[in-house]
Amino acid sequence: MRLTRLIVLAAFALASSAALSQTVKIGFITSYSGLNGNLGPYMERAVRLYIKQHQKELPPGVKIELIIRDDTGPNPDKARQLAQELVVRDKVDLLAGVIFTPNAMSMAPIATEAKVPFVIMNAGTSVITTRSPYIARVSFTLWQSSFPLGQWAAKKYKTAYTLVSDFGPGHDAETAFMQAFKAGGGNIVASVRVPLQNPDWAAYLQRVKDAKPDTLFVFIPAGKTATAVMKNFSELGLGQAGIKLIGPGDITTDEELPNMGDVALGVTTMFHYSAAGDRPANKAFVAAWKKEYGANETPNFLSAASWDGTAMIFEAIRQQKGKIDPDKTMAIFKNWKFANSPRGPISIDPETRDVVQNEYLREVRKVGGKLANVEIETFATAVKDPWKEQQKKK
Amino acid sequence: MILYVISVGLSVTMGLMGFINLAHGVFAMAGGFILSTAMARFGVPFPLALVAAFVLVSLGSIFLEKTLYSRLYARGELSQVLFCIGLILVSMAVARLIYGNLAAPVFLPDYLRGQVQVLGRDFPTYRVYLIFFSSIIILSLWIGVERTRWGAMVRAAVDNRGMAQSVGINTKRLFMITFALGSGLAGLGGALGADILPVQWGYPFEHLVYFLIVVAVGGLGSLRGPFVAALLIGIADTACKYWIPALGAFLVYAATIAILLWRPQGLFGVRT
Amino acid sequence: MSGYSADTRIRWTEWLPWVAAGAFFFLLPEYLSLGARILIFILFALSLDLILGYAGIITLGHSAFFGLGAYTAGIVSTQLAINEPFVQLAAAAAVAALLGVATGAVILRTRALTLLMLTLAITAILLEVANKATWLTGGADGLSGVKVDPILGFFRFDLYGKTAFLYCLIALFLGWWVVRRLIYSPFGAMLTGIRENTTRMHAIGAPVYWRLVLVYTISATIAGIAGALLTQTNQFVGLNVLGLEPSGDILVMLILGGVGRLYGAFIGPVVYLIAQDYLAKQYPEYWYFGIGTLLIAVVLFAPGGILGLMDKWLPFFKQKSSARASAR
Repeated sequence: MRLTRLIVLAAFALASSAALSQTVKIGFITSYSGLNGNLGPYMERAVRLYIKQHQKELPPGVKIELIIRDDTGPNPDKARQLAQELVVRDKVDLLAGVIFTPNAMSMAPIATEAKVPFVIMNAGTSVITTRSPYIARVSFTLWQSSFPLGQWAAKKYKTAYTLVSDFGPGHDAETAFMQAFKAGGGNIVASVRVPLQNPDWAAYLQRVKDAKPDTLFVFIPAGKTATAVMKNFSELGLGQAGIKLIGPGDITTDEELPNMGDVALGVTTMFHYSAAGDRPANKAFVAAWKKEYGANETPNFLSAASWDGTAMIFEAIRQQKGKIDPDKTMAIFKNWKFANSPRGPISIDPETRDVVQNEYLREVRKVGGKLANVEIETFATAVKDPWKEQQKKK
Repeated sequence: MILYVISVGLSVTMGLMGFINLAHGVFAMAGGFILSTAMARFGVPFPLALVAAFVLVSLGSIFLEKTLYSRLYARGELSQVLFCIGLILVSMAVARLIYGNLAAPVFLPDYLRGQVQVLGRDFPTYRVYLIFFSSIIILSLWIGVERTRWGAMVRAAVDNRGMAQSVGINTKRLFMITFALGSGLAGLGGALGADILPVQWGYPFEHLVYFLIVVAVGGLGSLRGPFVAALLIGIADTACKYWIPALGAFLVYAATIAILLWRPQGLFGVRT
Repeated sequence: MSGYSADTRIRWTEWLPWVAAGAFFFLLPEYLSLGARILIFILFALSLDLILGYAGIITLGHSAFFGLGAYTAGIVSTQLAINEPFVQLAAAAAVAALLGVATGAVILRTRALTLLMLTLAITAILLEVANKATWLTGGADGLSGVKVDPILGFFRFDLYGKTAFLYCLIALFLGWWVVRRLIYSPFGAMLTGIRENTTRMHAIGAPVYWRLVLVYTISATIAGIAGALLTQTNQFVGLNVLGLEPSGDILVMLILGGVGRLYGAFIGPVVYLIAQDYLAKQYPEYWYFGIGTLLIAVVLFAPGGILGLMDKWLPFFKQKSSARASAR
């Protein structure tokens, strides 16, 4: 009798404590090594900074546990394995992160089968969100930036040469740009796809130089690769030969600009985020970043997306009071709007679960002695992913 | 051309000591890192940094040779291959610990940047310089091997070690010096090429295939072999990427297979 | 130099691995995907041991067969819409065998470095082809959307990896059986002869070359099957099944366990993959350092791998009448 009462009491205590303290486990997969391995921290830091600043907005008793994994670069095999372990072993409530498209693609079936909402904070190939009903993307798509860029370029230049890395995002960027450029009356001189890892830029760029286009459209993975391209572009004298370098903002990312040096001056890009944007929300974001991580540090587009993604997750946690139900969470994600993102107003398209945002035309200029992506104009507002829009019409 | 400078050392080592030193890329990587650190951290001018790369890597290799490599001469190829893989892994880990994920930044001196006009076409200055420099190295090596006594001893030891020893040549010391030279050359090659082949922690594995191809196609133990092979491969690779980007490195591998099947000992190797 | 006997009876210690696998299945259900991975690599290591440990062929290109099998299984599903697992497996085995006999016939005439280079070049070419033929292989994105029907209509490949684990276990059992029979047969004796003293084998009139091609093909087939299993358990193939890296990895795993010992192929992958699972996540830099140092240490001081060490320290496990190869 005494024992039964003890058990009942214990069970009651356990149940109420469980109700009082809820841990939301987030499985965070990004790259800390391999190609673009230096970019993982930009995402992680943004997430942690948001959590730190908005801790008090969580429902009482709710904690967030961030489980971090390194997918070591574009390794879909490894990413899938990590996702499976996070879901099965660590029993996470949400999956988040992912820089590379191949990784996101291989993880999609796991999100579907395990019914775990998956917030993509970078991978930008359009088709990804169609691979699982549990994917919501807060970052961007290559079409969103390359298509408007093609429209803009067609008005200024007659001929273009495209050079992209041979994988998902590269193909998207190439197709988007070419379509818009041609529709605007431009002529594509040639297109080349270079291997993702360690291609020999000199050979490819020499070819570009010999073809003498008005402009060269480039997409390569953001960061170190871009610097290599810039250097070779300058060393081979393409700029002097009158060829203008353009591309989505991936080619002049904020954290890499100091390493590129003056070579990057004048490069025009189309993107959704620049650390130099003078929106109040962005100024606050950059200031908080510098305060937390050092005056010489700067956030970049990955940070902005991760920040926004965390905000979205917080919204889901708040509305469900810490009890993450997969389908309810997806419903919340689909209707999410955020007017005060560092990149301007953003929202999620309920039909496609993809992000809707502004695209800005920028140029690399010297601001206060340092290189920055200066936003020249807001080229397009509330841009939905053009590729999916086109798919709808079919 | 970088390939040649790095690989000639490998060819000599392998031909001379019969040791398949897969870890050769490690020495090249070390050279690249030394150059970068010397210039960035200690402000050493470019030419001096190159010398430093050569010397330091040579010394380092002597140390390795004495402690580790020498134990493995008598062992079979399998042990040697495995040892080298182990050495590569360790050095990759060390490189990553010290230098992190980034490639070693190399800032070429101004007189080596930009373009230069040769026969009406623009060429990147640095590459012209490389070709020039490598040619000097080849020439020196050739003179060294063909004309000097030391060179004669090396050739004798390669051809017939037993005989060379009975004639009084201290093969052990010869090996050590040659190994040091080969590794030093690798370091020099890595340093020279640091701008074109970025030096970062994955370097030894990434380029291993190319080093081996140059040596195997060129022929073990020969000096001209790797030169011709590196030349052929370099030209084929660049030409292929220029004319038919879709095929990429495919051609190089196919050519390697074809050449090796036709002449298994390499183009200039000695048939044993 | 070990003697060789025709004693093909199975010693009781040889049942241990299977008991361990069974225990693993019941005791650690959350780690089954890791377990399946280990089983696949054991199969792969077995195939490598066949030609490395028993026939003495040093290769850095074995991933060619593994990767080819992996991609074949995937492509059969994505391009031909054939999702029956056994058909996929058979296709992978057939294609890998084809490559094995084709390349073996050509390159096994060479030796040492040349042979090593050729094996490397072959896997490098395959990697390049897989990288470029995006329409077929998915290129750098990998081949996703590979579908595998439930085995025998019943057993679905679930998220937890239960089906996958048992499937791989059975495949491994069959592979082990085949390899073991091979090694303990006159054919196996001849392989040992070729490895130890090729010249003499030629002298006694043994068809060395064709025997080598045969064992190479068998090894390729098994490796191809292992690759297909990987695709089927993940429903995905990426470029990392081809090239130098997986070849190097499996070589390291095998050496760690012990070459030419049959069970080295079991122990090596188990130790390596478990250590990697734990260490590589926590300390990726130290992982490489550790594994590299371990490798060097093994080469210098324990040439027989873990099994070699066990020999020294645990005479009880020493097999008296076994087709054991002495370490080089």
